[in-house]
Amino acid sequence: MNLPEREAAVRRMLEQAPPPVPPDLYADVVRRGGRMLRRWTAARRLMWLVLFAAAVAFIVWASIARPWVEPPSETTPPLTGW
Amino acid sequence: MRERQASQGARRAREFEAFVAGAAGRLLHAATLLTAEPRDANPRARRLLTLALAHTYASWDRLRGEDPYDRARQQLAVRFARSAWHQYGSFGRPRPSPDNVLARLTPQERLILVLRLYEGVAEEQTAALLGLPTERVHTICARAMATLLHPPRGPAPTRVEVAPS
Repeated sequence: MNLPEREAAVRRMLEQAPPPVPPDLYADVVRRGGRMLRRWTAARRLMWLVLFAAAVAFIVWASIARPWVEPPSETTPPLTGW
Repeated sequence: MRERQASQGARRAREFEAFVAGAAGRLLHAATLLTAEPRDANPRARRLLTLALAHTYASWDRLRGEDPYDRARQQLAVRFARSAWHQYGSFGRPRPSPDNVLARLTPQERLILVLRLYEGVAEEQTAALLGLPTERVHTICARAMATLLHPPRGPAPTRVEVAPS
């Protein structure tokens, strides 16, 4: 037997007797799929919320700490009395 | 706004119901072939199909013109590969259930055979889906076909002595 014949034989073997589809499949799928969708939506919302909170926290910290301002020198003594 | 959402939901439900009515039979057959269960008692295949279709339902609005059947089949294959990995420890150990012809194959051989021959997925796509080289898919498919067409008789094949000429 050459390759196409062998493939056809295996295909025939695979295609016999399809199983009956259970009647409650659609309801089950929609129930699970809806739950999955709600979970994804909640996860996405949570992610945005965390991102927003992190951004706000960073802005508040930066406005308080001002890391871009040069810190006052500690090695040179202050110039007084001249 | 709410009315539009409701009508969109109704349309989506209608479309999805039509899709399931058309595709469930074929996908369930593929799932039953994958799990090598008998056609009347296939709880694993049903569970696999339900999860794959639920995933398709959840991502229905984000398909953007992609074929939902393709998506569902991909989910089915990936979920089966993962569950086989967890269930048998390794991908290669065959299942002891001698009543089904396909049970003689390993889960990986069944997966590749069903994708290639029952579903008609191209070799390159199968390889990309499973993360294997194309040659490997070709080899595994050929081996699976050989096992199906020429089943080994008895526990160990006897070696034939070849007389020197």
